[in-house]
Amino acid sequence: MAKSEKPRVSRNKELIRGVGRFSRSKMYHKRGIWALKEKNGGSFPRHDKQPPQAKAVEKAPKFYPADDEPKPLINKRKPKPTKLRSSITPGTVLILLAGRFKGKRVVFLKQLESGLLLVTGPFKLNGVPIRRVNQAYVIATSTKIDISTVDASKFTDKYFEKEVVRKKKTESDFFEAEKEDKKTLPTEKKEDQKVLDAVVLQAVESVPDLNQYLSSRFSLRSGMKPHELVF
Amino acid sequence: MVKGRQGERIRLYVRGIILGYKRSKSNQYPNTSLIQIEGVNTPEEVDWYRGKRMAYIYKAKTKKNGTNYRCIWGKVTRPHGNSGVVRAKFRTNLPPKSMGGRVRVFMYPSRI
Repeated sequence: MAKSEKPRVSRNKELIRGVGRFSRSKMYHKRGIWALKEKNGGSFPRHDKQPPQAKAVEKAPKFYPADDEPKPLINKRKPKPTKLRSSITPGTVLILLAGRFKGKRVVFLKQLESGLLLVTGPFKLNGVPIRRVNQAYVIATSTKIDISTVDASKFTDKYFEKEVVRKKKTESDFFEAEKEDKKTLPTEKKEDQKVLDAVVLQAVESVPDLNQYLSSRFSLRSGMKPHELVF
Repeated sequence: MVKGRQGERIRLYVRGIILGYKRSKSNQYPNTSLIQIEGVNTPEEVDWYRGKRMAYIYKAKTKKNGTNYRCIWGKVTRPHGNSGVVRAKFRTNLPPKSMGGRVRVFMYPSRI
């Protein structure tokens, strides 16, 4: 129905379950079926079934598989990105717990479609480039920076995909492949880093001592109990 | 592990001691080990550590993957008793020589 439907109310109030206030004949009158009949020349309007459209003639297939194989059930489930912890909001300073940059304090930018967190050092302060990080390997601190001016929309999961190099399998190429060990970052990505960091650094400089905070690393010391620390 | 660089030594794990296997007086169950985590003294404090991964690191004579250090990974499963001892399950059971040895309890998977 194209019209927006209001919730339909019954004109026949229920006295007890199964018993209505009004009888069938009274309901006939209340619903106005008599008016519809009058409007349509004495009988209730009918819509006859349309004659079945002739189907195209299908030719029998030439080949049948030997056994009927069961078809797997269709799965239309789309996984959602991991739920972001409430303590992690754009501009939060995070502590990385594992990996190459463990212990580094880092600025959170946004959550990507895969559920991973987009994060940047900034590179000048602690050497952490624009990077993806899993939520489970991160502690969110209560320090937050205002990064509303930062535009991180060009960074998606695709930006971080490895480039697939397809080589033809010839002998000369096989020997050359061994030489190509050095992978330098394309200058584009270095530029992206600088552009993004320029804005983030502005926000960082506005808070006193924050750039020293981000340059230093987190470590547990003697007597520190993580379950009692407030981050 | 230590990569060939003179970085600052940072510790992002809590130290723990392997006390032994889960056991009764005369039977032990080596699939679960008991760990004493430094600074944890009550079962309420253990709640923070539930699910955290831990590693038992030991040295061996032959080099594997370029290093003599080897590791058994595991995780904290639940508290044990009233004094902050913790039960842990490892991918393979801990060897008996590990009793009294050190375990690293990491801070991930983090929930804060």
